[in-house]
Amino acid sequence: MLALLVLVGARPAPGKPQREAPPRLADTGLYVDPGARTLTPGIRTWTPQYPLWTDGATKRRWILLPPGRSVDASDPDAWIFPVGTRLWKEFSFDGRRVETRYMERGADGSWLYATYRWTADGSEAVLAPATGVPAAVRLAGGSAHDLPSTGDCEACHAAGRTPVLGFSALQLSPDRDPLAPHREEPSADAVDLVSAVRTAMVRRLPRALLEKPPRIEASSDLARAALGYLHGNCSSCHDLRGELASVGLDLVQRVVPREGTGPGSTAVAVPSRWQPAGAPEPLLRITPRQPERSALLHRLSSRAPADQMPPIGTHLVDDSAVQLVRSWIATLESSTRVSAPLVER
Amino acid sequence: MKRLVVAVSTLAALTASAAAPGKPDPKQIARGKYLVTIGGCNDCHTPWKKTPEGVAWDMDRMLSGHPDTLPMPAAPLNAEPWGLAFGNTMTAFSGPWGTSFSRNLTPDPETGLGAWTERDFIATIRNGRHLGRGRPLLPPMPWFNYREATDDDLRAIFAYLRSIPAVKNRVPDPRPPAAAPATASAETR
Repeated sequence: MLALLVLVGARPAPGKPQREAPPRLADTGLYVDPGARTLTPGIRTWTPQYPLWTDGATKRRWILLPPGRSVDASDPDAWIFPVGTRLWKEFSFDGRRVETRYMERGADGSWLYATYRWTADGSEAVLAPATGVPAAVRLAGGSAHDLPSTGDCEACHAAGRTPVLGFSALQLSPDRDPLAPHREEPSADAVDLVSAVRTAMVRRLPRALLEKPPRIEASSDLARAALGYLHGNCSSCHDLRGELASVGLDLVQRVVPREGTGPGSTAVAVPSRWQPAGAPEPLLRITPRQPERSALLHRLSSRAPADQMPPIGTHLVDDSAVQLVRSWIATLESSTRVSAPLVER
Repeated sequence: MKRLVVAVSTLAALTASAAAPGKPDPKQIARGKYLVTIGGCNDCHTPWKKTPEGVAWDMDRMLSGHPDTLPMPAAPLNAEPWGLAFGNTMTAFSGPWGTSFSRNLTPDPETGLGAWTERDFIATIRNGRHLGRGRPLLPPMPWFNYREATDDDLRAIFAYLRSIPAVKNRVPDPRPPAAAPATASAETR
């Protein structure tokens, strides 16, 4: 059977419906007064230290837990969020709100994913189709921003041990990385790991992680930033404990060490299944001292749909990240220990 | 009492049969073969060969995708308004999306689906992405029709694909369009 008229970008209806999302952002409980954009009491904002690249979008994030409930951090690398948890992430380009994404944990434990598209006059945001909206917003320079389908949401959020990305021990650590690409300064009222525990948002976090907050222990500041970028942008899928474990690539930075995991064990000097057309010799995932022979860098630098990494959510190469990762690979010795595992102290 | 014991034994036997781990279910495989046949999977995933009677599927390479013995040059896409090109084997396709090669669906562990789980297969078809999360499946793969299949049907297809002969054939990766419009960098914004 040949579907000759189908081109990349056509995104038909998903096969498996999920719970129904509220029709408007105002119905999700973000605002107590939608007109004045007054947030519901109890909502907290946070700023991950290694943000996801979304073609230069400015983002704001909020989380609301049900009254009296907490996040269970007894597995410091896979926090469990209580039923009723709600999270929002707002995306703006050039000062204009474009979409606000929404996640909610239902009574049956499953997660609902939705996105709300802001109207052109910015007065309200309405539920976008579950199929997503390709090229919903044209960006300066000729690119475009897509609103994700629910399948796209699940591709990243349902790939690992916890569906909530960016609200974790490492991302909330007050020991923030000054070289993280696109780092954002947290606002004064933003929650971090210490305040989250103090206010009982997070419980059962091993005490050692409060006494010495998590930090990627790397051979250099450059390596720390590069590994942090790969964690923030790639590790939702590339996780040896996740759905794509069979790929065998692990870009997670864990706060509890696990032997045989991480980029040092699964990427550096490891053969790559992906090879660019016409390559004179096979690439490794990361070839020490040779960025141009590193498949990871090739894919990070590409936006051809079949090659690009990440495969979802971006049409523009993150030049600053490419430069960072290239510089890091150039410094690697074949015997370099890429990252000491983070030790629970 | 004797009747009850017989009934319980029969039920236990049936349950054990249905749930036996790792044992292929002939009915499920037959259902999968039927779905693969009417779904036209061979049309693109089994290469054509020339015979005295004309072209025919090369069943020695059944469902093994584009032959790695047949490197493809760039397609001649310069005859507007014609914009698509197919290789003679019907396993290589070129168009606005670039060049795609039909994948090896046999259970070869290195080059086919041998290392895939049933869950990987279903996620791929449901989301239209490699392993459900990676690169998009490219034309002419009509995954958006197949995604409407039931879980049972997709399981049956996977069971059938696991039952066919493994063919070692490393299909090349897809190629981007000659002038990919989506390669703009942030500096151009």
